[in-house]
Amino acid sequence: MALAERTEAAASYEVAAGTPAVRTVELTKRFGRTVALAGLSMTVPRGEVFGFLGPNGAGKTTAVKLLLGLLTPSSGEGWLLGKPLGDLGARRRIGYLPELFRYQAWLSASEVLALHCELAPLPRSSWKDEIGTVLETVGLSDRANDKIGTFSKGMQQRLGLGAALLGEPDLVFLDEPTSALDPVGRHDVREIIRGLAARGTAVFLNSHLLSEVEQVCDRVAVVDKGRVIASGTMDDLLSGTAVRVRVSGLVQADRNKLASFGRLDDEGDSLTFTSLAADRVPELVSSIVAMGGRIYEVAPRHQTLEDRFLQLLEDEEK
Amino acid sequence: MPPFLVIARLTIQESSRRRLLLALLILTLLVVGFSAWGFNKITTVTRGDGTPLPPDQVALLTSQLLIVVTFMFSGVLALSAAVVAGPLISAEVESGLLLSILARPVRRSEVVIGKWLGLAALVAIYAAFAGSLELAAVDWATGYLPPHPVELLVYVAAEGLTLLSLGLLLSTRLSGITAGVIALVAWLMAWIAGVVGDIGTGLQNQALENVGVFSHLILPSDGLWRGAIYAMEPDTFIAAMRALGTAGRANPFAATDPPPASFLGWVVAWFAIALTLSILSFRRREI
Repeated sequence: MALAERTEAAASYEVAAGTPAVRTVELTKRFGRTVALAGLSMTVPRGEVFGFLGPNGAGKTTAVKLLLGLLTPSSGEGWLLGKPLGDLGARRRIGYLPELFRYQAWLSASEVLALHCELAPLPRSSWKDEIGTVLETVGLSDRANDKIGTFSKGMQQRLGLGAALLGEPDLVFLDEPTSALDPVGRHDVREIIRGLAARGTAVFLNSHLLSEVEQVCDRVAVVDKGRVIASGTMDDLLSGTAVRVRVSGLVQADRNKLASFGRLDDEGDSLTFTSLAADRVPELVSSIVAMGGRIYEVAPRHQTLEDRFLQLLEDEEK
Repeated sequence: MPPFLVIARLTIQESSRRRLLLALLILTLLVVGFSAWGFNKITTVTRGDGTPLPPDQVALLTSQLLIVVTFMFSGVLALSAAVVAGPLISAEVESGLLLSILARPVRRSEVVIGKWLGLAALVAIYAAFAGSLELAAVDWATGYLPPHPVELLVYVAAEGLTLLSLGLLLSTRLSGITAGVIALVAWLMAWIAGVVGDIGTGLQNQALENVGVFSHLILPSDGLWRGAIYAMEPDTFIAAMRALGTAGRANPFAATDPPPASFLGWVVAWFAIALTLSILSFRRREI
């Protein structure tokens, strides 16, 4: 009987291992009349670094809290590592750094991590190594025995990141993980995320720091006012080229006509065309010359995530 | 160690590290020291003709003074329990401290039970320690020991536990300050309602008497305090109060009977209900 149960449990785990790290179907959260998250449907494959982007108040933290069972969905469903939201077994293999990170001021860094080892729960024999490794990873080895009450915000955030890494979880949620960190700390976090991805851990990264997301994420979703307005791989989202043209001698009517080449950002003597295919650049130049415009510079560049993000939000406003 | 015991240990550890236990220890030693000195003075009191008080009068005076001192002890314990329990959950929700803990494989019921258990252990230990110390001091100073010392400590501890349970229940929904203040006001109102019930007994007014009965059901702190009083009174005093009839029962610092078994049964049920409501309330709380 016991063997049968073990076999069943092993089979169940194998099925779960082939499932996505995160999957949601129409996950919705309302607070009274306010819709904090409206029908979030997405999938985060195992081992991927997933960026969840959006302006302040877009619903990013609400989504993470719903996934972790800290909030109850108003409707919709979700699964973490193949288990329904709120499943205790799945939480054994998950790490979480909250946006509002706070740890017991009267405990030392080692004691906080030991507490999380105990609650995770990890075998007691592994605690010492686990704690030593994560303190080293987040750069707090020399403060292991200091009380958290003496830590700066940045050090507390590093500690929270360390707690999220304990026990080599399969999925790590990082909610604005660099909000209190200096540039060196931000670089360290990027390296840690890359390290997690290298060992096959899925990372769900909530952030509004676009350059950060651009550097580490495989896939992103952009959320605004509780709705996902775009999602896909980084290549999918940033497929267009942006072209900046320094020009004079164009009247307003000519400038309006040029909008047919794509979204136009008119800054007087400088026109920036976002999402313009590279092979249309000669045609654009010919058109400007035909209109009597005098071109001083044509500078094509790849679209950044910030260009795309602002464009998406602007389109959404319309 | 199961998560609820980890949380209980953490609660005790926090009280210790934040020096709450040390502060209580120092204050208790001061109060016990002063009260021992005061009780010792009773034995030196003389009557008008210069003769010392007979032993039965020393015992009576001591028992009455002990009731007042114990009222203060139980008050400190109840107030401390309410003030500490009020923010026990709400403060950790507001600060974000519970976010990372609840993302672990820990049930919310385990958090509530663990916190209750940790604080209940502190209340029980403090009641046993401070109460025993005070009784030993009184015994040393006057040679008087209440007839039911163990019951006395149990009733005082249980009164503290009611305030702890009420504070914790409120803490699952309200801010720490609000929960603490409501628990304190409820404790005082329950005591006053008990006095009103006594007056009803004295006047043989059923409506007033019912105020006391209902208050004991809603918050049994005053009913337990009456049990503590009964445990401190010498038999001769109880007999004298009984002889006064209903008038003898109309005294908030005296008890002619121990709490009935049905009330003690209700107290056990009340704790179970309070803890269950705390769990249900916290389970539904959006973090």
